[in-house]
Amino acid sequence: MSAQEQPITGILNREVSEDQYRRNLRARQRRGTVARGFFFGANVFALLALLALLLHIVNQAFGLVVIRNTVDPSTLAASPLEALSEPELVDIIVREAPNRVRVMIRDSLSQVPDTDFTTAPLDAVLAGKIYPPELAEVTINDTTVEQQAAILSDNLGQGDIHDLVISSIVRPLVVRSWNLLPSLTDRAAIEAEAAAQYPDDSLQFRAWVSWDFITSSVSSSATTAGLRTALLGTFYIMAVTAVFGLPIAIGAAIYLEEYASDNWIERIIETNIRNLAAIPSVIYGMLGLAVFVRALGAVTSGAFLGITDTNGRTVLSAGLTLALLIMPVLIVNAQEAIRAVPRAIREASYGLGATRWQTVSRQVLPAAIPGILTGVILSLSRAIGETAPLLVVGASTFIGIDPSGFFSKFTVVPIQIYQWTSRPEQEFKNVAAAAIIVLLTVMILMNLVAIISRNRLSVRY
Amino acid sequence: MSYNGNSSYAIEARALDVYYGDYRAVHNISMGITRRKVTAFIGPSGCGKSTVLRAFNRMNDLVEGARVAGEILYRGQNLYGDDVDPVEVRRRIGMVFQKANPFPKSIYDNVAYGPRVLGMRNKKVLDEIVENSLKGAALWDEVKNDLKKSGLALSGGQQQRLCIARTIAVEPEVILMDEPCSALDPIATQRIEELMQDLVKTYTIIIVTHNMQQALRVSDYTAFYNIRKQDVGNKEIRWGELVEFGPTKQLFSDPEQQETADYISGRFG
Repeated sequence: MSAQEQPITGILNREVSEDQYRRNLRARQRRGTVARGFFFGANVFALLALLALLLHIVNQAFGLVVIRNTVDPSTLAASPLEALSEPELVDIIVREAPNRVRVMIRDSLSQVPDTDFTTAPLDAVLAGKIYPPELAEVTINDTTVEQQAAILSDNLGQGDIHDLVISSIVRPLVVRSWNLLPSLTDRAAIEAEAAAQYPDDSLQFRAWVSWDFITSSVSSSATTAGLRTALLGTFYIMAVTAVFGLPIAIGAAIYLEEYASDNWIERIIETNIRNLAAIPSVIYGMLGLAVFVRALGAVTSGAFLGITDTNGRTVLSAGLTLALLIMPVLIVNAQEAIRAVPRAIREASYGLGATRWQTVSRQVLPAAIPGILTGVILSLSRAIGETAPLLVVGASTFIGIDPSGFFSKFTVVPIQIYQWTSRPEQEFKNVAAAAIIVLLTVMILMNLVAIISRNRLSVRY
Repeated sequence: MSYNGNSSYAIEARALDVYYGDYRAVHNISMGITRRKVTAFIGPSGCGKSTVLRAFNRMNDLVEGARVAGEILYRGQNLYGDDVDPVEVRRRIGMVFQKANPFPKSIYDNVAYGPRVLGMRNKKVLDEIVENSLKGAALWDEVKNDLKKSGLALSGGQQQRLCIARTIAVEPEVILMDEPCSALDPIATQRIEELMQDLVKTYTIIIVTHNMQQALRVSDYTAFYNIRKQDVGNKEIRWGELVEFGPTKQLFSDPEQQETADYISGRFG
């Protein structure tokens, strides 16, 4: 504003001089800048924290390792193992580990539960596989090592047999590991140290997270430890949680929003649901223990179906407990999504002679689904990472048997991670980091699916 | 609903009071809505004209705590009788809202929605209903090649005509219009008004409007509502009452009540 211009006269212009106004304006703008700086800083802080976390995990999940073979392959055959033919490899197995051929058949070919392996006839154990017809009626314990070896070589190719020789006889083990950062920056020193301390062993770069890691079962050795049992446990439990939790929670939200009248009883229910969302998860674990494991043990153990090998500490109990855990958040979120559907849409539907249920199912729910999905993402992501309630409900911390249904004993990925991190060996820290990467990946994939479906389903008014 | 009416009224209100909880929004409304004519409800904001309109197809039932006293007769039967299902009432007495509210679906699905919720599944019949309804709402020529397009992609005036098409697709007897043109520009308004002149040959129309020129242009009868106030203790209570109801020309040229004359001449409201 130029000085010559006559300002408009009024109370404000009389009381606040041009000069005061200018100074004030600068102060007002400055306050805005400070606030903006704080908000930006908060973002930077959050990103740095996340980055540090990720780097820490990646740092542990990759790196140099010293591998020592329990049996030197050069003592097994004159030429490298991978160059040997299938019969030569089978000969090595029969010569070096005659007692383990049965176990190999059990682990790679058996069609029956491990408990029945030694007692079932071979036509059941090897159903669909190749075996000599004259052995159909006998059990595996009645066969000779040569017959067992023949079964192995008839059913598996050279590659699979080679892997068996490596995992059962050569048995490479990690005896020393370094994190990713020193492996990259300080490789010469590590090589020198490895050469001095482990002269007979090989130094390799190892990615602890690998397909083998995901598909192997647990093991007392970090080298061969895998996540399969825990990962399957997580999938089974998430399935139970979703199947029981989602319909009940969404149904409750629909009732509260579309049917219940706005009276004090409904308000008390709503307030309590919100409070339930804030209860520590371990308390849900105690509830699950009391209700699902103990009181409903006959159902959750499968005893009512004649299954007797478990108590109530099953996949079903765990899934139901997590379903209870996520229900408050799901209900509140679904209620908000339903409430956000414009009233005009409901009125239009009623105005055409639609019933309440037709209005809810054909207009309100389709419009609310994207918002409900957001809640589903949030709550399933929470459930997949829960540890405490499942420990209370009775997760097994070390279990090598894959869950096979609702009534199996279980462990889940977070509990497996917890168990590995509490082991003293450095190598198990690497294994735990690899498991964390797998868990994060599963979570990201889940969220991705939900976000994509939300975007495809969302409507604009 | 059994038909036993030989009355010339499509809807008749008798001593109607509408309450929201303890609050009485309108009081003592008695009026007969003539069949196949346009009746306009006018009056200042808060006079209860929309409340009465929404009582006519039990739309107020959707509001928590709303109830009525008195009677609303349709085909000789009280709409608020115990054996009356509001779902059926709303099918017989359709509604067009202030803001066009098409469903977030295709034009076809918008119009077919009503017949479908009534159980109509036959594709050929649905096609015919959709075409006739869109023609009836003077929208067919503009959208006949885009029936799959979202109803929300249309202009404001087209959306409102789509809502009218949607309403007539369930073949109601009465169409309630709650300020249907208040969000439209003058050209779109004119098209809706022309459309009403076509529709009234088949349907009974009640329109709430803030625009007195519109009431004068489109309606055969006009009802003027006004606000009543009373001090109870230290609190003022308000409600709406029907002040004057008669043929539009007469009400605008020679009102019986001074209040009506004041309102239509723009002296208040």
